[in-house]
Amino acid sequence: MMRFLLLFSRQGKLRLQKWFTPIPEREKKKIIREMTTMVLARQPRSCNFLHWKDLKIIYKRYASLYFCLAIENHENELLALEVIHRYVELLDKYFGNVCELDIIFNFEKAYFILDEFLLGGEIQETSKQIVNRCIESSDMLQEYYCEGETDFPGTWRKL
Amino acid sequence: MGPVHTVYGPALLCAGAGCSQQFGAQPQWIWFLSSSYVGAHSTTLMPTVSKGDGMRGLAVFISDIRNCKSKEAEIKRINKELANIRSKFKGDKALDGYSKKKYVCKLLFIFLLGHDIDFGHMEAVNLLSSNKYTEKQIGYLFISVLVNSNSDLIRLINNGIKNDLASRNPTFMNLALHCIANVGSREMAEAFAFEIPSILVAGDTMDSVKQSAALCLLRLNRTSPDLVPMGEWTARVVHLLNDQHLGVVTAATSLITTLAQKSPDDFKTSISLAVARLSRIVTSASIDLQDYTYYFVAAPWLSVKLLRLLQCYPPPEDAALRSRLTECLETILNKAQEPPKSKKVQHSNAKNAVLFEAISLIIHHDSEPTLLVRACNQLGQFLQHRETNLRYLALESMCTLASSEFSHEAVKTHIDTVINALKTERDVSVRQRAVDLLYAMCDRSNAKQIVAEMLSYLETADYSIREEIVLKVAILAEKYAVDYTWYVDTILNLIRVAGDYVSEEVWYRVIQIVINRDDVQGYAAKTVFEALQAPACHENLVKVGGYILGEFGNLIAGDSRSSPLVQFSLLHSKFHLCSVPTRALLLSAYIKFINLFPEVKATIQDVLRSDSQLRNADVELQQRAVEYLKLSCIASTDILATVLEEMPPFPERESSILAKLKRKKGPGKLPDIDENRRNVNGSSEHSENTDTTNKVSYVLNLNSSPSTGPSLLVDVFSDSSTSASVDVSEDNFSRFVCKNNGVIYENQLLQIGLKSEYRQNLGRIYVFYGNKTSTQFLSFSSFVTSSDILKTHILHCLIASYPIIEGGAQVQQILNIECVSDFTDAPVLNIQFRYGGTLQNIAVKLPVMLNKFFQPTEMTSQDFFQRWKQLGAPQQEVQKIFKAQHPMDTDVTKAKILGFGVALLDGVDPNPANFVGAGVIHTKSTQVGCLLRLEPNAQAQMYRLTLRTSRESVSQRLCELLGEQF
Repeated sequence: MMRFLLLFSRQGKLRLQKWFTPIPEREKKKIIREMTTMVLARQPRSCNFLHWKDLKIIYKRYASLYFCLAIENHENELLALEVIHRYVELLDKYFGNVCELDIIFNFEKAYFILDEFLLGGEIQETSKQIVNRCIESSDMLQEYYCEGETDFPGTWRKL
Repeated sequence: MGPVHTVYGPALLCAGAGCSQQFGAQPQWIWFLSSSYVGAHSTTLMPTVSKGDGMRGLAVFISDIRNCKSKEAEIKRINKELANIRSKFKGDKALDGYSKKKYVCKLLFIFLLGHDIDFGHMEAVNLLSSNKYTEKQIGYLFISVLVNSNSDLIRLINNGIKNDLASRNPTFMNLALHCIANVGSREMAEAFAFEIPSILVAGDTMDSVKQSAALCLLRLNRTSPDLVPMGEWTARVVHLLNDQHLGVVTAATSLITTLAQKSPDDFKTSISLAVARLSRIVTSASIDLQDYTYYFVAAPWLSVKLLRLLQCYPPPEDAALRSRLTECLETILNKAQEPPKSKKVQHSNAKNAVLFEAISLIIHHDSEPTLLVRACNQLGQFLQHRETNLRYLALESMCTLASSEFSHEAVKTHIDTVINALKTERDVSVRQRAVDLLYAMCDRSNAKQIVAEMLSYLETADYSIREEIVLKVAILAEKYAVDYTWYVDTILNLIRVAGDYVSEEVWYRVIQIVINRDDVQGYAAKTVFEALQAPACHENLVKVGGYILGEFGNLIAGDSRSSPLVQFSLLHSKFHLCSVPTRALLLSAYIKFINLFPEVKATIQDVLRSDSQLRNADVELQQRAVEYLKLSCIASTDILATVLEEMPPFPERESSILAKLKRKKGPGKLPDIDENRRNVNGSSEHSENTDTTNKVSYVLNLNSSPSTGPSLLVDVFSDSSTSASVDVSEDNFSRFVCKNNGVIYENQLLQIGLKSEYRQNLGRIYVFYGNKTSTQFLSFSSFVTSSDILKTHILHCLIASYPIIEGGAQVQQILNIECVSDFTDAPVLNIQFRYGGTLQNIAVKLPVMLNKFFQPTEMTSQDFFQRWKQLGAPQQEVQKIFKAQHPMDTDVTKAKILGFGVALLDGVDPNPANFVGAGVIHTKSTQVGCLLRLEPNAQAQMYRLTLRTSRESVSQRLCELLGEQF
């Protein structure tokens, strides 16, 4: 099973954390620190796999973001790499040309998409179409329910 | 909602042609390196696209945070926001759902930034009962991320979940199931473990709900297996492997694999279904599976899961099934040779993921020589692949192949490639895998080559892996040494090349071997003597040199170039550069010299007599100098010869180095070179080692400090305090009945902590000695004693000693325990050390009790009563009625019973207030099944405890132990 997924920037800023097993908050912070230093220190063109304690760490960089997935020892590394890629594709499909800022400002959406894709540390649905349909339809549900709500923001103001 | 998309940062995915050269290994989806990163210190544009619902206040807040110039500014802004939210939540005006959602979401954001959140949980729980989807969704998200098992809320949360599960609305049901899977707490398992299986196998459940339910159940099974009982649903779950919907099959396969690992017999029928399914996928045209085809690879996730499931079982017995599986595996191997259907890395990753999993299955079965050799050849190709990832995985996979009798020889043919990888790979983690593989493929035929290559790699190896390589070289050198001169050379080389990384275990071991083998002693003396000639040599070499010359210097003393005086001068020239423990060791070598060579006695006595020794500030050195000097003056030659006799041979035991490497790598990670590799002709290759592999590891005791080294000295000179009897402390003993970790002893000087692990009849206790003072403890030693009755029942490792424990420092000792048969008395840990000149003696009763060797047993109510009745003989039952010593709390009681080691059985006792448990005590000679029942009487503040086992002594002892706990 997968143990955790972390997204962080080149500067080491955490953008998303998903833990598939219960871990105390202090321990989480320690792991996050260790992962960012370890992964950011890797040379380019290195392989995407690391051993860490009794886990395998699979990481990959997309633009300014690092995706870092910890899996148990017997799990398949290459497929874990594609789990990351499929998640990026799902985000991309939803946001359209997804970038780091989308994930910062819509972090809750990033979690919702992840929950449709992975559950309890295992893959739930590998079909891109089905996951997307699921997310789109929940957005539709929202719009249906929110009609007439006054303080629903219509347009975005640029700052 | 007409989003106008503007570029506000680098896109994560970029399919453009312009960015495809930088990383040859990743030709298509590129890691776009943009220099226009919008950092935290520049003004941030908010995204102009918003999907679904938007929460403007949230976006403004996030934007504010990102514009904060410093950590202080960020904290200030957050505190302002927290105050605002708090006032809104406390305000008189009832908040509408949207506002509540927005604030809860802000709190979540703040929490994810790393700040503590201590309110808002109630509002989040309220959102669960909203009938607006996104409000519910945010509520669930907050709970999934933030809720620990806060018992007040869990009940409310469970209530929300219950309503959503009953709603028959698939999206709501999914949210609820996701929440259970995300939190996975025991309380949730208690509330829903019975309901979820029926959702999973009901005919009218939507596919997406089935998927969530399967994984939810999997999660609960992992966290609280005792609460997810097998039942009628298990058979129907297996049939989900036939489901039309591949998403359902994937989720179900994960569940079945986990369940099958725990109880393989119940899920045997899944083998044929899995093979059939796999065969259909492997032979399908890639378009058949529609969206489950990933970059032209048919259902890679499902294929890997199915192959993984099959690894829970031996090869199928049914011949037809077996040949169908072989066909599948062959097809997968064949596909690896076909030209790729796409140049994208996703295609090759997915394809090779299936291939590697198929190879894992082939290795697991270890029964088809042709498949094994094909797998090995395939991995051989990958060893030279241009993709680093594949080279890494090939090295890793080959490690396991090397231990198979069929493929060991085939793996060995790749030795040159692997050595080349060690020399040329740029990535340290790949080089590390190469070291692992060399270690795994090593046997007598190539040991010299491999050890030489590892030694030369060591000169430039990364610091992070040096210690491990040193251990591996030391083990291989010892294991495959035909002549021990090679072994001695190798270890001395190790010390020369990487002295700092040569741990005590390694140089202890070389001394043990030299002492035990008289054919190598002369050579060893000569070699260390030569090595010590180097102007700068590592301190570890001085230690080995000092020890060996002190024992066997006489063997080379005939040569005038290494006469006794020359030997002594050489050692003494290093003396002043060494640390205190090494100097202490050298002093012992000197006194041994006085015995070996009477002609240097005067010289050495002068050295011992000098102020720098006799008045040394270090107590240990001073004491040795004084005692050795006195000994050399007053003892007759005969007494000297007896006291300073050559060390007796060490008992043969598992190499402590191997034990260390195992500890370092963690269980299961080390390819077990100790296991006899059966040759094809059936002969056993390393038979001389087999008897040493399973013994307990000992802590070696070579540091010849007065209390443990030349032990006679203690008797001659020290006061007789060692034999004084000490009261055994058992203050904390009973606290450890239901737990394994904690502090067992503490006084003003010393704290002793324990961490213990037990499996079946074996146990391991880590003892931590903490020096609470700011001064050193000297000559610290500890050993375990037990009464004569106990000795036959528990084996343990005996001694640890440390010349010094620094003030404030902590050291660790490991005790191994084996329960031979049932017992009552506990062993005693004896500790002795010097603090400020006085000798301290402490004795502590070690919490090794019979119940530590429990394995919990799950059983149904029917089984329980059947066994309960079988154990009805009067001597098998022990009962105790006693007054509660602690408040009667159900949860605490449950935790104690679980901590005692038995499984808690729910729904067995007709009275729900009672507790019923079952377990098996494992001893080496036998296993004793045990049933227990605890009936609390809250009014009378009394308990009645009943134990039934097949052995009177066991029932008696367990009742004593548990009866003290409530």
